[in-house]
Amino acid sequence: MATREVISTGNELAAIAAVDAGCMFFGGYPLTPSSEVMHVISDLLPKKGGVAIQMEDEIAGICCVIGAAMSGKRALTATSGPGMSLKAENLGLAQMAEVPLVCVNVMRGGPSTGLPTRVSQGDILQSKNPSHGDYKSITLCAGSLAECYTETVRAFNIADRFMQPVIVLLDETLGHMHGKAELPTLEDVEAGIVPRKRFDGPADEYFPYQCEHDEPAVLNPMFEGYRYHFTGLHHDKNGFPTEEIETCRKLIQRLEDKVELHKDEIESYEEFMMDDADVMIVAYGSVSLAAKEAIRHLRADGIHAGLFRPITIWPSPAEKIKEHTDRIKKVLVVELNIGQFHSEVQRAAARLDIDGLFKVNGRPISPYEIVNKVKEL
Amino acid sequence: MAFNYERYLRLEKMPTLWCWGCGDGVILKAFVRAVEKMGWNQDDVCVVSGIGCSGRFSSYIDFNTVHTTHGRTVAYATGIKLANPDKHVICVAGDGDALAIGGNHTIHGCRRNIDITMIIINNFIYGLTNSQTSPTTPRGMWTVTQKAGNIDPTFNTCDLAIAAGASFVARETMIEPKKLEKMLVKAFEHKGFSMAEVLSNCHINLGRKNQMKNAMENLEWIKSITMPKKKYDALPEEERLNLLPTGILHQDTEADEYCEMYAEIQKIHQGERKKITQDDFEKKI
Repeated sequence: MATREVISTGNELAAIAAVDAGCMFFGGYPLTPSSEVMHVISDLLPKKGGVAIQMEDEIAGICCVIGAAMSGKRALTATSGPGMSLKAENLGLAQMAEVPLVCVNVMRGGPSTGLPTRVSQGDILQSKNPSHGDYKSITLCAGSLAECYTETVRAFNIADRFMQPVIVLLDETLGHMHGKAELPTLEDVEAGIVPRKRFDGPADEYFPYQCEHDEPAVLNPMFEGYRYHFTGLHHDKNGFPTEEIETCRKLIQRLEDKVELHKDEIESYEEFMMDDADVMIVAYGSVSLAAKEAIRHLRADGIHAGLFRPITIWPSPAEKIKEHTDRIKKVLVVELNIGQFHSEVQRAAARLDIDGLFKVNGRPISPYEIVNKVKEL
Repeated sequence: MAFNYERYLRLEKMPTLWCWGCGDGVILKAFVRAVEKMGWNQDDVCVVSGIGCSGRFSSYIDFNTVHTTHGRTVAYATGIKLANPDKHVICVAGDGDALAIGGNHTIHGCRRNIDITMIIINNFIYGLTNSQTSPTTPRGMWTVTQKAGNIDPTFNTCDLAIAAGASFVARETMIEPKKLEKMLVKAFEHKGFSMAEVLSNCHINLGRKNQMKNAMENLEWIKSITMPKKKYDALPEEERLNLLPTGILHQDTEADEYCEMYAEIQKIHQGERKKITQDDFEKKI
């Protein structure tokens, strides 16, 4: 497949990717270290007839994006941890009403205001359940500059396929990293766009939320003759509020099953030098870059280490993790939090002897820290 | 000929969840009559509501309808309108929805002067959730959270909207549905952010504990605190204190509308015109 080389930053690449993927609306609020996404897209979108607006707060940022997405547009917002906390309630509405959108979260140190300009991976568990209630979050995590682009593109297609928000996790290191990235061509990206399903029959036969037990709603764009109702309440096949027992149960079960029963369509991971590995390092995001470097050093010292890197964080590639942890005794999860994905690896592996290397001081993990830790195992 | 409400109402959703004698039904009917006067195609209209009794407004009328989270109507509507500038977007919110939890979005909608009509149904109380204090609850009244009497100062919705930059601001009561309908038509016709405050009753959750046990008593009280703008303006300052003027209180047809301004931004990025500078604006700060 043909590729193109660009020199850019992770944040800029996420913005370019959105526009290339057909995004026509951006709404957001300045938040370090994600602001460059808004800086870049506010030039790109009006150029192609789209809209980028800086709203009065994080909540308004996600709300206007949901509004634009309800009307049928591909829409993006970008933020960091504090903004995710503020957007949570409305991400819940988008889950409930099945409104597709992409939310880029460039992770910084938390909790609260935390370390605004420093790197962290502390939002892993938040992105699993940002809002209250039951639903199945989809979260993708870029592990390189190129993936800041490709995962954002993939997020838009997944959002339209599953009709729900998709979170793309970057971290401060990746977001601000400046370097060369090899990207798919614009033609290939455009050819890969899978638009959301629509109903083309007569309006009186259209029931947006009447679908199979494991399929998403089919939401036609507004203003095209199919008048229906969006709500965050439990709703019937037309979208109207209901408390009917079976309808309520089926709705929430469907929000779970539409993702759970099709997670093979979303699952994505990288295996690096895993074939002969007897030490498995699990790392994602910018940490995986240090892990790869560490593995090269470890192998030079005769230690057969390999990397398992989840790209789709939620739903996690649990079966694949188990396959490896059943075979490999020494497993080390390296992350910039106190074990947020470590607990998921424990769960997937059904093992409590999974080791961890955690760092929460806002600084990246160096390859040597990983090398030293592996040698202690 | 009698007006054909059926065309605009989702009759299968009736009866409404509103209490017997609630003003929301009168406002709903005035709303659809005003839409008919505008001659709008139902497919071209989007009605966005929030949370509260007023939040259910959108589910009873046959347009593109959105029932959002608490307080966020204007933010959702801003996205819908900017993405579809040729369509008609209307927010319906209550006093708690628009002025408490959603106050920030309300003032910034006014400031941007985006072409959205915002109808605030002000019944002076949190009705749906049983009588908590709202930003418009008169001082000294009983609420379930201030049983000893409300000490919180009140917002004047229309003064707030004017100060925040809305280019059309009007107030009516549901006591006079014809006047209300006319005001809504004027609000819909106006290009820019139109704030239409409608005073309504909640004899169940405001009146019951405040000596207005039935709808009529509640409406009499609303009547006693309102006065047409012309009469109000003629009063000496000290007599205006506890009165709210009705009618069109402010209209600026020259103010820049946000979607039209954004179309200029698109032109700049597409190389069709030069950048905007301070010289383009008469009012700069």
